[in-house]
Amino acid sequence: MSHDDHHSVVIPAPGPEFKPHTVAHHFDTPVQEFQSAKLGFWLFLATEILLFGGLFAAYFYFHEQYPETFVVGGKQLDWRLGGLNTCVLLLSSWTMAMGVRAAQTSQKKKLLMYCGLTVLGAAIFMVIKFFEYKAKSDHGLFVFSEMLGGYDTATGQLPWFTDIHGVMAGVPHGHMFFAIYVTMTGIHGLHVIIGAGLIIWIMFGAAKGRFHAGYYLPVDLVGLYWHLVDLIWIFLFPLLYLVP
Amino acid sequence: MTTQVPPVETATPGVETERKTYLNVTKGFMSWAGTLDHKRIGLMYLIGTSAALLAGGLFALLVRLHLWEPTGMLFDNAEYNQVFTLHGVFMVFLFVIPAIPAALGNMILPLQLGAIDVALPRLNLLSFYLWVTGAIFAILAIVAGGFDTGWTFYTPYSLYTQQAVGLIGMGVFILGFSSIFTGLNFIVTVHKLRAPGLTWFRMPLFIWALYATSILQVLATPVLGITVLLVAIERLYHIGIFDPRLGGDAVLFEHFFWFYSHPAVYIMVLPAFGIISELVTVHSRKPLFGYKLIAFSSLAIAIISFLVWGHHMFTSGQSTYAMFAFSFLTFFVAIPTAIKEFSWVATVWKGSIALNSPMLYTLAFLIIFAIGGLTGVILGALNVDIHLHDTYFVVAHFHYVMMGSIALAFFAGLHHWWPKMFGVMYNETHAKISCALIFIGFNATFIPQFIMGSRGMPRRYATYVPDYEPYHKASTIGAMVLGVGVAFMVYYLVVSLLQKKRAMENQWGGVTLEWETPTPPPLENFSKPPVVTNEVYDYSKLDLETTITPAK
Ligand SMILES: [Cu+2]
Repeated sequence: MSHDDHHSVVIPAPGPEFKPHTVAHHFDTPVQEFQSAKLGFWLFLATEILLFGGLFAAYFYFHEQYPETFVVGGKQLDWRLGGLNTCVLLLSSWTMAMGVRAAQTSQKKKLLMYCGLTVLGAAIFMVIKFFEYKAKSDHGLFVFSEMLGGYDTATGQLPWFTDIHGVMAGVPHGHMFFAIYVTMTGIHGLHVIIGAGLIIWIMFGAAKGRFHAGYYLPVDLVGLYWHLVDLIWIFLFPLLYLVP
Repeated sequence: MTTQVPPVETATPGVETERKTYLNVTKGFMSWAGTLDHKRIGLMYLIGTSAALLAGGLFALLVRLHLWEPTGMLFDNAEYNQVFTLHGVFMVFLFVIPAIPAALGNMILPLQLGAIDVALPRLNLLSFYLWVTGAIFAILAIVAGGFDTGWTFYTPYSLYTQQAVGLIGMGVFILGFSSIFTGLNFIVTVHKLRAPGLTWFRMPLFIWALYATSILQVLATPVLGITVLLVAIERLYHIGIFDPRLGGDAVLFEHFFWFYSHPAVYIMVLPAFGIISELVTVHSRKPLFGYKLIAFSSLAIAIISFLVWGHHMFTSGQSTYAMFAFSFLTFFVAIPTAIKEFSWVATVWKGSIALNSPMLYTLAFLIIFAIGGLTGVILGALNVDIHLHDTYFVVAHFHYVMMGSIALAFFAGLHHWWPKMFGVMYNETHAKISCALIFIGFNATFIPQFIMGSRGMPRRYATYVPDYEPYHKASTIGAMVLGVGVAFMVYYLVVSLLQKKRAMENQWGGVTLEWETPTPPPLENFSKPPVVTNEVYDYSKLDLETTITPAK
């Protein structure tokens, strides 16, 4: 809806394989557009941190209530797999940062390659996570097929927590650690999947030549999102696997 | 954002073409459903939130009718629980939280900033559709059997009731994100899109209020989001976090819930303060007394409001020392709030007051809010609260704030900006009658509730002992008068749209930027970007000609 008085600013493409970017009509300059989107996205990241903040508050509260449960529960997790996943995510954060750099310097092929590597990292993370979940499920610490099994108030039996080997038998409310573990890592895993989806979306745009030195805003923002996903895991890993 | 094709000018020689405004520039369903224009989105919000207000009001009237007799007239206990829950959920989540920022704020904020649009127009549209989705979830939850937890969803009851709590929980989660995105958008817009010369201390106070509100929306709402999400997860999977039978803690839910819901009170009331600040100055034709104090008191309220949530839980079991702190900080909120009230009164003093209908609503607000605020201080006192907790005194207190103050400020703003939004004027005499009906009806509804609450009538009961009958009867009659007042308002506002009696270009003689563009505004608000050289509310700069020129 361009108006006579508000002629749009167009950023030219740096080469034939790229596309020019038209600054949205209500902004005067590309800088204003860039800064607005960036400020908005930082605020959005703040809401994500606060959302996880509620989960962290629940973690600390129940850690305080049932310390032994968290000690014994934490020992059931495999810190080697958790550590490996930490490395995978850290590496993928690096590849994402390199991807943003490639976009800023109009290197289309590099951008595609680094984004691809980041998605690969996300996939490895989720595969490892799946095997971790499966091992816990097999031990009856949270049985996936029984998660919707309801709760028999008469017997006090939780169908999803059978604890086949009785590892949590000696501590109060043994299911509590795994409830928190699966909620926190589950919601984090959802963020990993969303992040990977966003990066794939970036790759489609990159293939069409939308991102270059003159306009790389979406790549920058998705990069920030991915670093947040990484950062949250950096807190989750020691709290769940190491602190106990 | 060039998704819309510019309209083709089909001017036939000799035929005068209608001036293009945001209302008529493009036509058809998709030109509205896919619009990125802040005014059109604001208007859609206005329709949606008003519908929610009417639905919520209808549930309230049903509750009051039921309580006409001590044994209850209309429902059994289970149905009664559902009806008052519906009233609360519709009013809080679908009307009061979004109404002023998302409807009036969307419409006015970019205009007052001298901007073409909000900073993130697509996010704005997304926020509206999230609101619609949340509303659909609420309706689905009603169809699926309703919900009976009260709007507070307290655990463990909400975990086990055989009703559609999961659906409405998802609805509230989605509505939360709608609210977050509006707030985020406004913060960015205020930072990045102010017109040249519009410094922070030249901004109208409505903008300051919306800015403080937006900070609360962004910082508090995610905690509500995770809380209702955990309730939904708990209902599906029984993870046990809020369930005492599984080692969880129901009081933890209350902490989470009120950590959001106390600041949410200010998400609701700060925009109302903004409207009142704006209207007292325009209709007294006098610069605002204590402009900076009012601006900073909004921020002070926003900050303190994060530290008082425990005052909802004085009887729930928390540490005594925490209760002292919560009680003291609650008293403390009264200081910035009183600064506002006194500044408004001082603004009106010796002003050339025009008793237009927006001003009448504003004066009604000043009286009602004083009562609503002071009874809040009473409830903040520890020992008094133990007696009054969960009685009709609490119900009356928060209705003086939520309904009496916020809805009245919403009505005031609606009457003030109605001519700007549509270019038409409603019947002022009708508006004054309706304002009087609402003011009388409101007080008649809730003053009896203060009295019976202080005498021990508990809230949320479907039946009561006959001693309370006179108070309940008076309250029900008041509610009917209030309902008639609101229905009458809807009537004459709709009539004004049909009769198309032209409003003036600058109906009330305002000097903020929204009056510097034609009425109603064109699609991109300003034909050339305004440059601000005046201090705020400088009425010596008013072009009187515009107040007697009919809008085209
Ligand atoms: Cu409160």
